[in-house]
Amino acid sequence: MFDFSKNYFELFGMPAGFLLDAKELAVRYRELQKLVHPDRFAASGEHSQRLSLQSATLVNEAYATLKDPLKRAQYLLVLKGGESDTQHHTLNDPDFLMQQLELREALAGVRAASDPHAALDRLLREIGGMIQSQVAQLAVQFEDSSPEQLAAAREAVQKMQFLNKLHAEAEAIEADLEEAI
Amino acid sequence: MALLQIAEPGQAAAPHQHRLAAGIDLGTTNSLVATVRSGRAETLADGQGNHILPSVVRYTADGVVVGEAARRSAADDPLNTISSVKRLIGRGVADVSSLGSELPYDFVRGESAVPRIRTAAGEVTPIEVSAEILRVLGRRAQDTLGGELSGVVITVPAYFDDAQRQATKDAARLAGLHVYRLLNEPTAAAVAYGLDRGADGVHAIYDLGGGTFDVSVLRLHRGVFEVMATGGDSALGGDDFDMAVAGWILEQAGVSRGADRGTLRHVLDQARSAKEILATQASTTVDVELPTGRWQGSLSRAQLDALIDPLIRKTVHTCRRVLRDAGVSPDEIEDVVMVGGSTRTLRVREMVGEFFGREPLVDIDPDRVVAIGAAIQADVLAGNKPGEEMLLLDVNPLSLGIETMGGLTEKLIPRNTTLPVARAQEFTTFKDGQTAMAVHVVQGERELVADCRSLARFELRGIPPMVAGAARIQVTFSVDADGLLHVEAREQTSGVSASVAVKPSYGLTDDEITGMLQASIEHAQDDMQARRLVEERVEAQRVVEALNAALASDGAELLNTAERATLDQALQRLVDTASSSGDADEVEAAIKRLEKDCEFYVERRMNSGIRKAMAGHRVDEFAQEDGSKAD
Repeated sequence: MFDFSKNYFELFGMPAGFLLDAKELAVRYRELQKLVHPDRFAASGEHSQRLSLQSATLVNEAYATLKDPLKRAQYLLVLKGGESDTQHHTLNDPDFLMQQLELREALAGVRAASDPHAALDRLLREIGGMIQSQVAQLAVQFEDSSPEQLAAAREAVQKMQFLNKLHAEAEAIEADLEEAI
Repeated sequence: MALLQIAEPGQAAAPHQHRLAAGIDLGTTNSLVATVRSGRAETLADGQGNHILPSVVRYTADGVVVGEAARRSAADDPLNTISSVKRLIGRGVADVSSLGSELPYDFVRGESAVPRIRTAAGEVTPIEVSAEILRVLGRRAQDTLGGELSGVVITVPAYFDDAQRQATKDAARLAGLHVYRLLNEPTAAAVAYGLDRGADGVHAIYDLGGGTFDVSVLRLHRGVFEVMATGGDSALGGDDFDMAVAGWILEQAGVSRGADRGTLRHVLDQARSAKEILATQASTTVDVELPTGRWQGSLSRAQLDALIDPLIRKTVHTCRRVLRDAGVSPDEIEDVVMVGGSTRTLRVREMVGEFFGREPLVDIDPDRVVAIGAAIQADVLAGNKPGEEMLLLDVNPLSLGIETMGGLTEKLIPRNTTLPVARAQEFTTFKDGQTAMAVHVVQGERELVADCRSLARFELRGIPPMVAGAARIQVTFSVDADGLLHVEAREQTSGVSASVAVKPSYGLTDDEITGMLQASIEHAQDDMQARRLVEERVEAQRVVEALNAALASDGAELLNTAERATLDQALQRLVDTASSSGDADEVEAAIKRLEKDCEFYVERRMNSGIRKAMAGHRVDEFAQEDGSKAD
């Protein structure tokens, strides 16, 4: 059968690391789907169709994981053998948590601002910048890969989870504001 | 079976027997069928030279009439003439009653979740009505092509939910058609346009039909169509424009709401023709016969625009959301393609053009473009184009979730996830000794289950009795390339697999479908047997040819002598059975057996193909690739 034991990086024939060539990933993704997608087996027998469906599902999952920095980092943590489930760890960084509280307050106040769009835009950019800085740190931490750096990477992943959630909420408010126009 | 069709460029695949395939655009107002002949996709005409089949079915005591003749009788015989059935397909009785005041049919109140319409020919479901339309189109394709269709591609609005897709597939089954794939309408249009132009880049397809609206943003890259995001409204279209105009006419004429069905039909017809005239003229006169007498008046384009602007604005909002989901801005869109008859309305083109900041493309007939795209895809799926580069990667339009405590939804598969996809969720018991649990699957974006669409409810049974919280039941939800949901469940600690009986909230059960099928083929039993035998023999021949071609290309590389001997023997067994047996079931079983014997070889070929594809890459090959970012 299609080798389901391969990890996602092996599946795409790319080196396992946080830094990866997004364009090449996209090219390889399309090549893989051209080979395994159910549309290639629409006139084939049941066995081939089932195999194709499972393979295409796996390729989609692998691609979705590798192309998203947060999911990619989480996946790498699993591969590196460390504990991956960051949800049960409490984040011990009072400064970061305080900053989160402030951002949340700012977000809650956006609708009442004199120019809600501008206020929201500033917030989105600020959160986006913070996410980028976590991504940059992750690149360094995974490059090093020492136990200390991996522990730091785990913390960075936790922070990104916070920040992504906040970003999504800000985007939802933006959508609401646009609908109201 | 057809072995894996992995062919090296320039290397011939199996010697090809052309399979007859067709693409069907099953529209709210009109339907079409198209096919690829001598490399060209074209829509097919009926005996009178008409390509368009009005999606109208009239039931009389003497039989069923489909198309133009049925449409003409709509005003005289409104109760027995079903039009716009696409608005009803896959919907529940409750949805229908919310649309009810606008639908001039006589609905039967029954216990079934599927609405039934009382007609002169008995009660019919929307699935059966749709099947009548599909049957006519399937027959037209077979008459034109001179043979049995091996499969069809049927287009559906991208925004159709699971129930609507399943119902469409069931209708095809009733019509005796084998469905290769349900294809989203905007994607079909992109195929028709994209292959014409070979234009790589990001495109938006705006598809406003008679009763449905879709917008998709997709990236075309060397034959791969990757849908980035899609959105729409499966109950918004040109019919609503007509309704708005009809409402205006009745208001002007001083007729209160609640006009009788015949009148409503008549006024709707007049409203529709006024709208069509206003696509080319600045004003038109309206002349209607009402119970209160004749009413005449004039309608200007500006008045029409004022009536329909709110509806068009809704579609523009959806465009904005879809662009946001796709992560692109309007100026990144290379082309905006207009699809669907309702994009003939000038105001639609104007407002859409304004939003995207460019003139939308209208150069392929908006009525035919979807059927043409479907035909191209059907030809590829039938395996008529080995080595074909084209591949469509579509997404699920609505988030899929389950009901959790307090009537809240937990999303498992977010909208715009590339298909096929599977996600597993673990459940546990909350009482000691609990052996069953109910799961409710919903589709939609809202937080509350009540605001989402109920897809299915099922019960996990046979859970081994344990203390509360000890059982670990993994339920896997998967959505296939047709956009259809499948559910599997397994208890992890004991390995017991729990049975899952999915009860579709708004569909027919398999038994109901089987019953309908039996009723329709009772008379044709003998024909069916003979036809099936021919089909199975053709299939056997294809399998043999495909296996021979595969063995010739890489049998020596991938098989040892003993394996090769086993396959050769298995191959010969099928050749013998196919030529000597007169029983379709026997031939089918022989094909299945050969397929089973080949499984290991098929898998080896797939792996070898992937290895070769991934090993051959070097970074510099990708220098000119697209600008997709993954950060």
